[in-house]
Amino acid sequence: MSEDYYLELSENPVQFENASGVNNVFFDEANKQVFAVRSGGATGVVVKGPEDKNSIAFRMDDKGEIKCIKFSLGNKILAVQRTPKTVDFMSFIPDFPHVEFSHECKTKNSSVLGFCWTSWNEIVFITDQGIEFYQVLPEKRSLKLLKSQSINVNWYVYCPETAVLVLSTTVQGNILQPFAFKSGTISKMPKFEIELPVSPKPAKLILSERDISVASIYGQLYVMYLKHHTRGTNSSGAEVVLYQLFREGSCKKAHVLKLNTSGKFALNVVDNLVVVHHQSSRTSMIFDIKLKEQDGAVNIHQPVLPAQSIHPYKISVTGPVAARGHAAVPCELYSSTWSVFQPDIIISASEGYLWYLHVKLYPTVNLLQDKGKLMDFLLHRSDCKMVILSVCSQILTGGEKGNLPVVATVFDKLNQVYKEYLEAEQAYTQAMESGPSRLSNSYKKPVRTQAVIDQSDMYTHVFSAFTEKKDVSHKFIISILMEYIRSLNQFQITVQHYFYELVIKTLVQHNLFYMLHQFLQYHVLSDSKPLACLLLSLESTYPPAHQLSLDMLKRLSTANDEIVEVLLSKQQVLGALRFVRSVGGHDNVSARKFLDAARQTNDTMLFFTIFRFFEQRNFRLRGNPAFNPGEHCEEHVSYFKEVFGEQTLMKLPAV
Amino acid sequence: MYLIKGMPIRLLQGRTNELQTHLNADDQSKNGFWNTGKTFGPREGEEEKKILFYHPCEVEKNEKIRNVGLCEAIVQFTRTFCPTKPAKSLHTQKNRQFFHEPEESFWMVMVVRNPMIEKPNKDGKPPTIEYQEDEILDSVYGAVLQQCYSMYKLFNGTFIRTFEAGGVELLIQKLEKFFYRYIQTLHLQSCDLLDVFGGLSFFPLDKMTYLKIQSFVNRVEESLSLVKYTAFLYNDQLIWSGLEQDDMRILYKYLTTSLFPRHTEPELAGRDSPLRPEVTGNLLHYGRFLTGPANLKDPETKFRFPKIFVNTEDSYEELHLIVYKAMSAAVCFMINASVELTREFCEQLDALVGPQLTLLASDICEQYNINKRISGPEKEPQFKFIYFNHMNLAEKSTIHMRKTASVSLTSVHPDLIKILGDINSDFARVDADEEIIVKAMTDYWVVGKKSDQRELYVILNQKNANLIEVNDEVKRLCAAVQ
Repeated sequence: MSEDYYLELSENPVQFENASGVNNVFFDEANKQVFAVRSGGATGVVVKGPEDKNSIAFRMDDKGEIKCIKFSLGNKILAVQRTPKTVDFMSFIPDFPHVEFSHECKTKNSSVLGFCWTSWNEIVFITDQGIEFYQVLPEKRSLKLLKSQSINVNWYVYCPETAVLVLSTTVQGNILQPFAFKSGTISKMPKFEIELPVSPKPAKLILSERDISVASIYGQLYVMYLKHHTRGTNSSGAEVVLYQLFREGSCKKAHVLKLNTSGKFALNVVDNLVVVHHQSSRTSMIFDIKLKEQDGAVNIHQPVLPAQSIHPYKISVTGPVAARGHAAVPCELYSSTWSVFQPDIIISASEGYLWYLHVKLYPTVNLLQDKGKLMDFLLHRSDCKMVILSVCSQILTGGEKGNLPVVATVFDKLNQVYKEYLEAEQAYTQAMESGPSRLSNSYKKPVRTQAVIDQSDMYTHVFSAFTEKKDVSHKFIISILMEYIRSLNQFQITVQHYFYELVIKTLVQHNLFYMLHQFLQYHVLSDSKPLACLLLSLESTYPPAHQLSLDMLKRLSTANDEIVEVLLSKQQVLGALRFVRSVGGHDNVSARKFLDAARQTNDTMLFFTIFRFFEQRNFRLRGNPAFNPGEHCEEHVSYFKEVFGEQTLMKLPAV
Repeated sequence: MYLIKGMPIRLLQGRTNELQTHLNADDQSKNGFWNTGKTFGPREGEEEKKILFYHPCEVEKNEKIRNVGLCEAIVQFTRTFCPTKPAKSLHTQKNRQFFHEPEESFWMVMVVRNPMIEKPNKDGKPPTIEYQEDEILDSVYGAVLQQCYSMYKLFNGTFIRTFEAGGVELLIQKLEKFFYRYIQTLHLQSCDLLDVFGGLSFFPLDKMTYLKIQSFVNRVEESLSLVKYTAFLYNDQLIWSGLEQDDMRILYKYLTTSLFPRHTEPELAGRDSPLRPEVTGNLLHYGRFLTGPANLKDPETKFRFPKIFVNTEDSYEELHLIVYKAMSAAVCFMINASVELTREFCEQLDALVGPQLTLLASDICEQYNINKRISGPEKEPQFKFIYFNHMNLAEKSTIHMRKTASVSLTSVHPDLIKILGDINSDFARVDADEEIIVKAMTDYWVVGKKSDQRELYVILNQKNANLIEVNDEVKRLCAAVQ
């Protein structure tokens, strides 16, 4: 069963001193740092994260209970809130005098709910009466107010990746007001209402900050609302409702994730998947909003896979499980002391661990029977290439009946992504060529994600091994190759000639020459010089291959020299000469080459004809039928004299 | 360098009509078989036993023996001159005889009467009959005879296998059953160059649609693992053959000259309309069986399919031939004859193939129309041509109208067709590439080109054109085709 766990905690968690009476632990989502504050900072503050390696340790005076502690971006300035009205600042800028100062929120009778750093020196205070946006000036030991907004605030949620702050307003708390921050400016985004399952009378705060999180999924900003199951309604269980936020324009209720159960939940977003942890069943489920369940204004989603626990995790007594020999105890998963942060962080304050949540793709392969859906799922994951290639190998060797339509679907899905990338790349190249300076902003170089599986990937990892397999019928191999070629053609992707060679090799191995012939006839195997050469080499086993090859070379129209060589090698000297003349190259060809070939046929009449042709050419070009010394035809001239007599040589017409 | 072969142009009123009537008359074209096998019949007085089949059968026994004896003597006699290439035909004033030894010691002979002209005489004397000894082309009727054998073999297997299985009685019985009907469908008067080629007409198709058809064939063969070979045709033209070339060639002949016309003629007459869609599950489709069950819903219907023999040179396979058609797309599925085909199988096939084939047929039709639109409106060209590719047996003719079961119609004068046959016979003599230009009657020019394993015959009708102009015209034409 262990291969069924598709979620796991990171192997190397960030470890910190667990929370206790003397040690307070804080987490900053923006920098992903854990603050372990002993005795209010007097006996030390240890900041760890986001990787275990880099930690900062310092001391500060114990000036009372700390409510909130965060570094600005880049660990330049530390902000600490201890009272409802003020925030204290300490500079940590290297080579800059250590300064400490304090700032009080400007609005009268308001209290600071918290603060968020939006850059290395910009900070926003969230008070119960609005927001205040400051620039911190450590050298002046003061803050400069950039902008403020008055609004009644119940609570707030901040998304550091997008620098979007969402405020809960009104009595019920279900009108959300988002703000976006960008280098010293605030933009107010349209507010929107979260639809509550019930409206209590009299009105009271009903929407809790625990049920709202903000995350960026597939590059779009969403507010995720955990809508609890309410008794008496017909809903089958709790839901997660995703509201999509736009910089401009109003918010849209975009997706509903059906949890089909009730209880306590927590949300993460990992690799653009929404992970919903369910505490009482100790399982998690994942949702992919790109897997379409149905059309319509709101997409309703079911879990992609059956709910499953996170992979069991053991912690050694001394540290995380690195060496398996150590005494290790299982870690309690889904513990009530766990805190979950966006996007993918799980913290156990009581044990002193910070984990990142990961999605493992290999277990999903066997859990998702519908291979088309599996591909849709995998293609949207970041680390998918090898998994997809192994799925391809697996379905090709599965040997199940009725596999071809499945294979076709899978190929089409892969090539769809492949084609989109090729098009983006082409558009980028064109834009660069036409005007690199002007358009460089609007055209970003397309990123090649792992989901782009090109022909060489398929060849190396799937087809080369598959076509070598002894237990697979050649008929199946050919159908698979043709299906791949069909799919590439359907997306107008140029097929690499090594696929054609693979087809030809397989057909030839099984003497299926007529099949090959038909493929060539309908130009399924596109013309190319390598292919023509391959055909030429097949002549001994399949004589028509010679002509097929010549036809192909002729269609290419860039292979005239090759055609002449092929014809001469077959002693078709006249044919070669006629061909050269038809393409207008007869004034430049080497006379010696043709005369050599004509001599080899031992056909004196043919030799005579060729010889005469070149004498006439000489006369036409230079006014003299004799060969130039540079043409090295002396040998042939003397042979001609020997056979036909000197008087037969073409003479200069008498003037 | 051109080899010019002049044709004396003889204009004889009504000559061609006479050719048809004479060859049509059953008693004037004969088919004979005899066997010179060592196993039976060589003894004096038992010559009759050599004859396995003789048409017309009402000929008196002694005459049969005499005729057969003569053929045998000629073949044996000529063999002394060239043991590897026995005589192929015998020209006499009244007849032409064709000999063919398809299997060792089995000989087929076909006698075709030369066309004749009755010249009325004065003074009430009986008219003089003049036989036209040069009208019949060896290549054409030699090919017809070979085709007779191939067709027989397709449905009955080789002579020797039948002989081994059921003795001479079985062989005679099979021959009579097959040829009694087959000879009536021969239409010797309309045989021409196309019979020499025995080619396949391929449906022109873009790569993508072709790949879709590949995909369809592969899928069906995968789901119906009984299917051993598949062939795909559209508009009576071949698109895909899983059979080897020679087998496909004769099967194609059967399909296009016998099976398809038999089914389209009632359709054209408005009877038995196939455009009543079948509903399988919730999918509408137009698929139906051309061989085997006429109506799957009929509880009495039989699930018997014609059997064919392929690869007789090596694996010698006997197969059921299922021909299934939806709109203009026809598919042949070939299944090992040892398997008994049941109602369940046919229903499964119908449900699987019907909807897919219907879709594919409309795809092909759509694509074909697009391609036609691109190539522009069809003009009546100044020339007509026959093209044949020896490598893939592809043939194309703008001279012949669509073949029907009864007659093949051509759009040019039979004299011109005969010139084509003559040029072809000339080409066959030498292996090298050749070109022949012939000035025919009135304003017609006939050009034959043979190169790169292909043959092209063009009939041009240009007023007062000279040789150079004709040559240039054909060059242009070839360049346009490429």
